Amino acid sequence: MRNTPVILTHDLTKSYGTVMAVHGLNLSVEPNRITAFLGQNGAGKSTTIKMLLGMIRPTCGEGTVLGKRIANAEENREMRRKVAYVAENKPLYSYMTVEQTVRFASSFYSDWRADVATKLLSEYRLPNKRKVKSLSKGMRTKLALLLAFARRPELLILDEPSEGLDPVGIEHLLQTLVAQSADGVSIFFSSHQIAEVERVADHVCILDNGRLLVNASLDRLLQSYRRIDLAFRFPPPEQEFRIAGVERIRISGNALSILASMNAEAVVERAHDLNAVSVEVAPVGLRDIFLETVKEN
Amino acid sequence: MFFKLNPTTGQPLYLQLMQQIRHAAETGALQDGEQLPGIRTLAEELVVSPNTVAKAYSELEHEGILELRQGSGAFLTLKRRTRSLTDHVQVARRRLRELIEQLREHGLMDEEIRRAFEAELLYPAEVVRK
Repeated sequence: MRNTPVILTHDLTKSYGTVMAVHGLNLSVEPNRITAFLGQNGAGKSTTIKMLLGMIRPTCGEGTVLGKRIANAEENREMRRKVAYVAENKPLYSYMTVEQTVRFASSFYSDWRADVATKLLSEYRLPNKRKVKSLSKGMRTKLALLLAFARRPELLILDEPSEGLDPVGIEHLLQTLVAQSADGVSIFFSSHQIAEVERVADHVCILDNGRLLVNASLDRLLQSYRRIDLAFRFPPPEQEFRIAGVERIRISGNALSILASMNAEAVVERAHDLNAVSVEVAPVGLRDIFLETVKEN
Repeated sequence: MFFKLNPTTGQPLYLQLMQQIRHAAETGALQDGEQLPGIRTLAEELVVSPNTVAKAYSELEHEGILELRQGSGAFLTLKRRTRSLTDHVQVARRRLRELIEQLREHGLMDEEIRRAFEAELLYPAEVVRK
């Protein structure tokens, strides 16, 4: 079992003219985990993934995937044998049938698992004889995912895998991710859907405007973020609460609402010292953490 | 046993799972020696990362509530220590019930009592640990 990062980048940057698509990315993705690459549309997620796979050249910086340097053509070929990748636009040959597509793909990969392909074909209810061009968007996505899941890669890289799937399709996708992870496959998937990330991710990387803002275990994020609502008998001494870890303070009359990314205990202690008449501490979900992080940027 | 995890509450899923297993053990819904589903099985059933189940199981093993046997799964072990903890919880519940009754007699609303509890719970935890 690998115990070095499956993805590691140093100062990875891509600019198009004056536009910085990805800015000085220092990413480290640990093995045997499900890592979510979370960001809004246009945050730079696809650009990053394409650089990792050697499909576009970084402006500067460097990186490795499974220990292979991304800019080295020979190492890149070796890496691609052990990485299954599903692109955002799910490219497939439209003139082939589902059956032909699966057989075609199976001939390229030495790690192909015919049993898994058969199982997923029936689970995803894909019509064997239909041509790819006549499939719905959701079915195309399922077929593209199947081609990646039917291999036994070391690392799965999925770019917006749930795009175009209905709720049942998303449920199937998440179940398959969990099963792949249980098989020991490391997973790196990009998404802008909080609801799927907070269910299956072990680790969360938040990208915004090409910059990596958060790179932490989801459990640790949830355990350190707190919302603290305070009430006083007088106008709240806001300045007293500007301490490390306090991300945002809102005031309404004698009430104070604080969002802390850490140090919640210190805020509560200070509130007691300042004779707050009410102190409420509540956990904060990933949705609020994400929205707050992106807003601050 | 049925477990139900809610990802939107902001509470880590492994902690939710731990609490539900502990609760099931305290109430007797899970019996001493009973086998829990394997990590993979439970992860697929709950659609959570296998690491989430593994972390909950391993923490519960650390607490002495679960025994993990190589290759054969996780078993509930209500050792004497755990049983006495269960008793403590029962006693605590009775005392809390009395306290809450008193506070209600003093005219406090349930909502105010709940807030007071939550505020106090976070504050002194650090002090007690020291």
